[in-house]
Amino acid sequence: MNLTRRSVSFFQPEITNIQLPLLVALDQKFAWWLCFVKYLTPFQTFGIIPPMGSIHLVVPQNEEPPALHERAMDNLQYIRETMERATAFTGISGWGQVAIGITALAAAFISAQQKFFKGWLAVWVAEAVIALLIAGWSMDRKARAAKMPLLSGPGRKVAFSLSPPIFAGGIVTLVLYRAGLTNAIPGLWLLLYGTGVVTGGMFSVSAVPIMGLCFMALGAAAFLAPAGFANWFMAAGFGGLHIVFGVIIARRYGG
Amino acid sequence: MQEVRATRAKHPAPGLDRLIHERMRLGIVSALAANEALTFNDLKSLMNTTDGNLSVHARKLEEGGYIACTKSFEGRLPKTEYKLTVAGRRALENYLSHMETIIHQMRNS
Repeated sequence: MNLTRRSVSFFQPEITNIQLPLLVALDQKFAWWLCFVKYLTPFQTFGIIPPMGSIHLVVPQNEEPPALHERAMDNLQYIRETMERATAFTGISGWGQVAIGITALAAAFISAQQKFFKGWLAVWVAEAVIALLIAGWSMDRKARAAKMPLLSGPGRKVAFSLSPPIFAGGIVTLVLYRAGLTNAIPGLWLLLYGTGVVTGGMFSVSAVPIMGLCFMALGAAAFLAPAGFANWFMAAGFGGLHIVFGVIIARRYGG
Repeated sequence: MQEVRATRAKHPAPGLDRLIHERMRLGIVSALAANEALTFNDLKSLMNTTDGNLSVHARKLEEGGYIACTKSFEGRLPKTEYKLTVAGRRALENYLSHMETIIHQMRNS
């Protein structure tokens, strides 16, 4: 009783005799208040610290041999990946590109003499095959020179990124030929070859994607130019750009 | 037991080449093994690292005689070029065979 009154007196410091019965009535009504004021039972459950967990080592002692084995595998994988990345980085052969550029100039010269579109097309298709052979041979030679006959990694990357636009180019060429829009073909080829070089050269030295962008720009320009300039655009793109960037790559990245 | 563990932590495997066991240095040596020469900036973008980090590790390899460094000027820009030395190539080959031995031992046991 005494305690109860004290708790209420917290709110009402001066208690007179007249007020006492009222306070008793209040006590009965707010008896639940005791729980909090005096015993604090509901809060205490929160305050209890749960028993501590068992102590164990973070690194189990007996797992060292498999970890060493795994680390060795991981290291080998890392060396392989780094070497592949480094080969893809400079795997593009500069002198190979120069050779492709020279054959393209020759092809532009021969194709300009053709009277019919079919002859013109045949010359450039032959040139594409020759360029592909030169590219494959020169990249392989460069990889071998670095004692890395790893055509699987870098070679595949280039092949995969270049072949879809070339495939698309072949199909659109047929469509345009049937529609009689042969004037658009040089621009289309330059544009699509450029996209392939940009995507394929993303992992390579910065000169390669820049060359791709130049091809794309030239392709766009070829669409706008009059049809008579078509061969000049082909010569400037497949001949000139290859030779210029080939020399840059060969000078900077050895071959 | 504590002592054994302590020494093992220092030498995870006896005879291991500590100089190229480190990730960054192993990467530099591997990248150079696949190329005749690489410039500082090429290596930096290949390893995807910072100037400071690369130069510290490259210097350690240079001090160990694994790579050779030539500094020149290209126009006005300084150009640092790294090449793998014969000792470096041999070290990488040893490291590779070491890793292979570890794997073989695990397969056999």
